[in-house]
Amino acid sequence: MNQSVNRKGKEQTASVHEPLFHIVKRDSIPWYKAWAIRVIAVLAALIICAVLITLLSHKNPLQVYKAMFDGAFGTERRIWMLLQELAVLLCVSLAVTPAFKMQFWNIGAEGQVLMGGLATAACMFYLGGKVPYPVLLIVMVLASLLTGAVWGLIPALFKAKWNTNETLFTLMMNYIATQIVLFALCNWAKDGSGVLRPMKNFGLPAFGPSAYFPNILVVAILTVILYIYLRYSKQGYEINVVGQSQNTARYVGINVKKVIIRTMFISGLLCGLAGLLLVGGTNHTISTATAGGRGFTAIMVSWLGKFNPLYMTLTAFLVAFLKRGSFNIVTQFRLNDSISDIITGIILFFIIGCEFFLNYKIVFRHKAKEAK
Amino acid sequence: MTLLLTFLTSTIRLGITLLLGSTGEIITEKSGHLNLGIPGIMCVGAACGCLGESLYTSSLDSYDQMSPLPAVIIPILCSLLGSALMGLIYSFLTVTLRANQNVTGLALTTFGVGVTNYIISQLEFVSFQRGSRFFTAALPFADKLGWFGQLFLSYGFLVYLSLAIAIVASIVLTKTRLGLHLRSVGENPATADAMGINVTLYRYAATCVGSAIAGLGGLFFVMDYLGGNWEYCIDAMGWLSIALVIFAVWKPHVSILGSFLFGGLYIAYNYIGGVTFAQKELLKMLPYVVTILVLIVTSIRNKRENQPPAGLGLNYYREER
Amino acid sequence: MSTAVVENQKQIALELRNITKTFGRVVANKNVDLTVYRGEILAILGENGCGKTTLMNMISGIYYPDEGQIFVDGEEVVIRSPKDAFAHRIGMVHQHFKLVDVFNATENIVLGVKDGQKTSMAEAQKKVEALIDRYGFQLDFKKNIHEMSVSEKQTVEIVKVLYRSADILILDEPTAVLTPQETEKLFTVLRRMRDDGKSIIIITHKLHEVLALTDRVTVLRRGEHIATVNTAETDENQLTEMMVGKKISLNIERLEPENPRDRLIVSHISCTDREGIKLLDDVSFTARSGEILGIAGIAGSGQRELLESIAGLQNLDCGEITYFDPKTEKAVELRSKTPLQIRDLGVRLSFVPEDRLGMGLVGDMDIIDNMMLRSYRRGHSMFVDRKKPRDLAEEIIQSLEIATPSATTPVRRLSGGNVQKVLLGREIASSPTVLMAAYPVRGLDINSSYAIYHLLNAQKKSGAAVIFVGEDLDVLMALCDRIMVIASGRIAGIVDGKTADKREIGLLMTKSATADKIQKSANNGKETVSS
Repeated sequence: MNQSVNRKGKEQTASVHEPLFHIVKRDSIPWYKAWAIRVIAVLAALIICAVLITLLSHKNPLQVYKAMFDGAFGTERRIWMLLQELAVLLCVSLAVTPAFKMQFWNIGAEGQVLMGGLATAACMFYLGGKVPYPVLLIVMVLASLLTGAVWGLIPALFKAKWNTNETLFTLMMNYIATQIVLFALCNWAKDGSGVLRPMKNFGLPAFGPSAYFPNILVVAILTVILYIYLRYSKQGYEINVVGQSQNTARYVGINVKKVIIRTMFISGLLCGLAGLLLVGGTNHTISTATAGGRGFTAIMVSWLGKFNPLYMTLTAFLVAFLKRGSFNIVTQFRLNDSISDIITGIILFFIIGCEFFLNYKIVFRHKAKEAK
Repeated sequence: MTLLLTFLTSTIRLGITLLLGSTGEIITEKSGHLNLGIPGIMCVGAACGCLGESLYTSSLDSYDQMSPLPAVIIPILCSLLGSALMGLIYSFLTVTLRANQNVTGLALTTFGVGVTNYIISQLEFVSFQRGSRFFTAALPFADKLGWFGQLFLSYGFLVYLSLAIAIVASIVLTKTRLGLHLRSVGENPATADAMGINVTLYRYAATCVGSAIAGLGGLFFVMDYLGGNWEYCIDAMGWLSIALVIFAVWKPHVSILGSFLFGGLYIAYNYIGGVTFAQKELLKMLPYVVTILVLIVTSIRNKRENQPPAGLGLNYYREER
Repeated sequence: MSTAVVENQKQIALELRNITKTFGRVVANKNVDLTVYRGEILAILGENGCGKTTLMNMISGIYYPDEGQIFVDGEEVVIRSPKDAFAHRIGMVHQHFKLVDVFNATENIVLGVKDGQKTSMAEAQKKVEALIDRYGFQLDFKKNIHEMSVSEKQTVEIVKVLYRSADILILDEPTAVLTPQETEKLFTVLRRMRDDGKSIIIITHKLHEVLALTDRVTVLRRGEHIATVNTAETDENQLTEMMVGKKISLNIERLEPENPRDRLIVSHISCTDREGIKLLDDVSFTARSGEILGIAGIAGSGQRELLESIAGLQNLDCGEITYFDPKTEKAVELRSKTPLQIRDLGVRLSFVPEDRLGMGLVGDMDIIDNMMLRSYRRGHSMFVDRKKPRDLAEEIIQSLEIATPSATTPVRRLSGGNVQKVLLGREIASSPTVLMAAYPVRGLDINSSYAIYHLLNAQKKSGAAVIFVGEDLDVLMALCDRIMVIASGRIAGIVDGKTADKREIGLLMTKSATADKIQKSANNGKETVSS
């Protein structure tokens, strides 16, 4: 009887459709494998982008990538531009990081940067030339940091008190910030054009080898400070606990509301700093495009860098390189400048997608062993 | 009186864009996907529709040869296809590769806006400006019925179709087995899976269908509301649509009211007399401020039946331990 | 007798051959063979973590085996998903119920069934009613799941499986959350199903239930099949030996309390949730030093809220919680203090919560950082000191024999027993005067469980007032000096651990539910209250 069942089983084996593979969670992965997977993902993305660019522009993809590389590193000025782009993006990314580590989805960095920039511009517009430069400088710094902080604080207060959805709240705050900037521009640009002429004389002090040097220096210092803050300070530890589990935080007596409010204050403050650097340090004027979508890109930079300021420098560099590089492609091959968004999008998809291979592996099924 | 009528009809037409966007997002969220890519998807929906219209007109010798049916069907199909494809990218990343939903959504929006701007930069605006009239064509007897006709019958067919979509979506979600299964996937995917419901299939399908509906909203915005002109503010419509989902407590039929309310707020600044340009900019804040108020009020009330699907934003892996 | 019926037919319903399943480096099942006949109740017996549930999950399509074959009615089948399992008439009642909270019973039952109905529920309801009558269930199928008691939810689960006309039913630890009376009812239903020709597999680690209910027993140990025996031909000792692999004594030590003093007096506390439902209703009791106070009750009767109230995590409507300092005997009021304020008052209160990785520990942090949770605030520096926590982590790993690659391993990667040791180790490290532990042995194997009991006894010996919330009445009766029974947020009674009777505790567990007429199982309790 047993035998007959067995034989029947054997006959069946052929016809039974087994899945080809299945997915298993990884226990852990050595760091070099993890980075290899990430590098492969970026390369794969670049190949896809090359194909795409070739299809759209009928140019040799190698030429295109060379142009990209040229755009980023071609001249000393371009390198400074790249570093400046990196610095500003990294600044915004650093700003959103404490909040994200706390699982507070602040997608309002755009607005917080804009408000910080607006405060800077307001100081330059109203006080420039009327008060001594050092006074202007101090007022400008304080005003922009605080305005950014307040803009971040408002959603945090409601989140802490009533658990109001912060994702949409912060997003709406972006649009409100945009309207406030438009309102200010209407009043400031008397010619009705809505464009404010650069106020070069009242910006941040310039020193070092390039006009961009002060910004880069500030952000470099900030990166180190934030790394230490998140990794070694008590507040950083609290942020981590609240982000991982609010219940645990409550259980050990952490005042969750206080941490949320404090962290968003810091987050907004740093966004304000980014606004200050953009308006006071480089643009010397403000428009609704001042933040330039960095508030959203920063979220991905921060997330892909695992909320670690040192890794984030790498991811921010990648994005800044893409931006400067594709800018050059656009001018050199007269392509539409939206290409850069497309390329960034595709590369992000690949990096986001490759996380899967870090956490899971695909196991091809062994041929079933015959039962005895 | 005429001003009020113009205001109301514009409100309804703008509201339809938001209605399609939020209905699409509700269907998606009911499956447990918080798709922040909707703004990008609506852009792509609009761009692909315009692309379709362009392709159609370029096959003709002159714009006068355009006939209503293909001038409407081709853009709609292209729009649905393009936005569903975006939904497919999102689903592949979040369902198959289990990527973080928020990050994926934001990346999708960046990508979608880029794709849209590229497509639009390559197109002749005349083709969809000409095609627009087929979308806005009102019911033939509308102008014979005075204010009644203007308020209820003067719209293009997409307005009525959209209302039907929202109502049908509501009925399907609450009254049918299909809706029951979809809701269970969003509430508790592990349970749905244990009951033999194909969680992967439902999430893919709901996200793609939802995206297609939202994409249609983008197309409607350009072809009907803007009358075939192009404006770079479709993504704002997308974000408002996502906010509307909370206002509508995940019910498409409630979203109908919400959409009209938000549509009205969005254009109110044009109809308030005696304000300067600068003040108009402040008035444009209105829909966003109201959205925030809605968020706050719903969070304070916090009722059990007003909660989002329990599995929203969480990816499902059957062998999770 | 039903065993005789089985002997006569001996028709194989389900057969597993050579099943192997691994999770990362952990081998959950290794070359397991299993046979299930028609019309029998088979127990899968084994310690926590021996792979019982994993094995059953492969039959029900939740997991997919790495190797091996499954035969249903003699034909090889591939079960890739629960859908496939249902197609082969296999249904499983999971330990953590698979129910959608916001749906009602009928909606949950018909979920996923293809019966050709697109909208109507009428047909389905008729069928559900027929099933309920046939097997003698008690169920209000219009009720939403989140309003149901645990036993009602379980009923929904079983009806759900039957509705899919399953012939092979798997129940994972079905009695863990039931009172003795509810368990008896469940067994009656299960026997009725067996006599109806269905195959029933029940996963358990409770020996007396195996002996009372089943026809055969399959014992698993460390993922491997040890033996399958007829229940009639075995006894507790033999089964234990097969389960654990060596002879161990199943006696839990109970020391006489030394010099018991009132340490914590809880008087008349009440609290309500947001919807106005009373979670705790006029609760009063005293916890004494050098004593273990057990708390018994149906899951969700207010145990968690009670402990959280004492720990300063729950807003109380009224009442007092008074702590007596062991040195000065001074009274300290703990009500409406935060955990931090309680600590600052010099009260050494330790709390091992039920949700270890969601409340007691942070899963993604390593052992050192988890050690810091209680102590990171120390000192005036802005920065955390990781030196002392590291020493503590090393010490706890040593003394409690925690199996971990290093102190920097995230605790999520540790096994359940080791996670619990990390948590308990940290809480004991502050030499508490009050130690509260909620379900500290849930999910742990026998050896780990005994290690935990031993630790609790050691705390008792050193003079701590220990409060132990448990679910296994046998353990409670063996370990605790007094057992307090909580029912629907009220104290139903306090009994002496040495003289307690299981039936009596069981009745107390449903007591106030009867008074409030909330639950369907009221009839059962009513008779005893009046008698």
